Amino acid sequence: MISKKNIIFDNIHGFNLSDIDSCTKRGDWSNTKSLINKGAEWIINEVKSSELRGRGGAGFPTGLKWSFMPKEKNKPHYIVINADESEPGTCKDREIMRNEPHKLIEGIFLAGYAMQSNHGFIYIRGEFVQEAKALEKAINEAYDKGYLGKDACKTGYSFDITLHRGAGAYICGEETALLESLEGKKGQPRLKPPFPANAGLYGCPTTVSNVETVAVVPTILRRGADWFSSIGNKNNTGTKLFCISGHVNSPCVVEEEMGITLKELLEVHAGGVNGGWDNLLAVIPGGSSTPLIPASICEDVVMDFDSLKNVGTGLGTAGVIVMDKSTDIIKAIWRLSKFYKHESCGQCTPCREGTGWVMRSMEKLIHGNANIKDIDILKNVCDQIEGHTICALGDAAAWPVQGLIKHFRHEIENRINNYKVLKVAE
Amino acid sequence: MSIRRPAVDDLQPKNFIFNKINTKKIDKILSNYPKEKKASALLPLLDLAQRQHDNWVPTAAMKCISDILSVPLIKVLEVATFYTMFNLEPVGKNLLQVCTTTPCWLRGSDDIVSTCKNKLGIDFGETSKDNNFTLLEVECLGACSNAPMVQINDDFYEDLNKDSMLKIIEDLQKGNKPKPGPQSKRLGSEPINIKAKLK
Repeated sequence: MISKKNIIFDNIHGFNLSDIDSCTKRGDWSNTKSLINKGAEWIINEVKSSELRGRGGAGFPTGLKWSFMPKEKNKPHYIVINADESEPGTCKDREIMRNEPHKLIEGIFLAGYAMQSNHGFIYIRGEFVQEAKALEKAINEAYDKGYLGKDACKTGYSFDITLHRGAGAYICGEETALLESLEGKKGQPRLKPPFPANAGLYGCPTTVSNVETVAVVPTILRRGADWFSSIGNKNNTGTKLFCISGHVNSPCVVEEEMGITLKELLEVHAGGVNGGWDNLLAVIPGGSSTPLIPASICEDVVMDFDSLKNVGTGLGTAGVIVMDKSTDIIKAIWRLSKFYKHESCGQCTPCREGTGWVMRSMEKLIHGNANIKDIDILKNVCDQIEGHTICALGDAAAWPVQGLIKHFRHEIENRINNYKVLKVAE
Repeated sequence: MSIRRPAVDDLQPKNFIFNKINTKKIDKILSNYPKEKKASALLPLLDLAQRQHDNWVPTAAMKCISDILSVPLIKVLEVATFYTMFNLEPVGKNLLQVCTTTPCWLRGSDDIVSTCKNKLGIDFGETSKDNNFTLLEVECLGACSNAPMVQINDDFYEDLNKDSMLKIIEDLQKGNKPKPGPQSKRLGSEPINIKAKLK
């Protein structure tokens, strides 16, 4: 379990005020100027050696990503914060934005400086109206104190932050769709390459980073890369916000060390699984896109990128969705298929047509109104979507269903057989 | 993908102009983006128009925005129909959106749905006769540790059960605004017993 001294977000639950003076008392903005004076290269190197990996789902090494930005500056550089938190099971960035806004804002300034950017955008999902208000207020406070603006933190460096609200499209969490949306277009992902570091927002070098990733950077720079990398396991370092939802006694958002076991996470923080650990059926460990793992794997699995990858799933956004034995697991995954069908942007045929196809097949399986061979057809459709689309939404739609078939094929077969018996009896 | 179209002609107002306050806001919004990239203000302006126009965007507003931003009308229409938060036809005074995605469903969103439907006497996509409520089913709203939850206009109501949902609707029917946030004893998304733990 995390020790108190390692906690980065000490006001994540909003027990204390989040105005700039209260945040400053807790350490935000305390020596920003001296961090800036150490130089852009130092910032990126510290982030690199902290082994921080992106908290938005993909887990790409943050320092490395930031170093992809061109060294010479011929065009404006942009830093864009992905606050389009929409992955089912995920609700961590929301807590940062409303309870720890200055960690994020200071992080954007530091990251922006490191990448020679003078302008940062925060793209926040449209439904987060109150969170947008909280952030707007915090940004204004930072301007009033002179932490942002022409001479940000008296460093002589000009830095502005603009808050931009989305309008209800999950796909805008994909970085290039987000950039399209920020340019005032439909949120349809771009073909890569070119990658945003070369041609992003307005065709200029751009880095898109998740809220949590950027919000931990000021603390890493203050306390040192060594401190951060000493927490967790090799290549899976630091602390992480976990969002626990579903069948637990106390759903919550908590900060924990990477590498905590799933069992400890649920038992210590979430009050345990409803009806006790033995009542656990399955867990979706990293937001809706990651394949579920059955209770047998949950027993001793460790919550970090590599450990979860080794058991065929992923840490994703660390949105842990817990399902106990009362769950109709097929219906639970069907609901996710419905989600992806609704959120497909319609650009690539395999995803646009495939997600609908998957949803309808899953609907039949809920009742068992299908043939055993339909399971393989469904699996085949998922395999045809995965990897054949511009962005990862297609993959994300396929993975939960593939996970279901992998671990609960017997359950699907039972249901089909029972349905047949029932029909004959009628 | 969901297919969305503007409201029928009978419902469309002939004209739309931004009021004085919003016209000032538009200047402020435009100053956020590079001068030659005015199109970036499209989403904020559609939102502004919707807020000015009883929570829905008529085609006349799209035309008005197309002129302000020098963006072809078809592009504005594309965007307005792509993003689900833009209501393309009139909605009730309280837009009640129930999240039914898996994390909410696991914690009883079915009960919340039936409570809303029974109490209001309307189905998803319908508006009550007194124009007070429109009921919608929505995808994950990002408050999963406080499931089940609904969004009513700009506010989240979380940690719901049948009783608290009923009470919220009754308050709104009386013209009162219920207190947003968790309807349990929690302040936010903390574990239930954390306050005790800290002491």
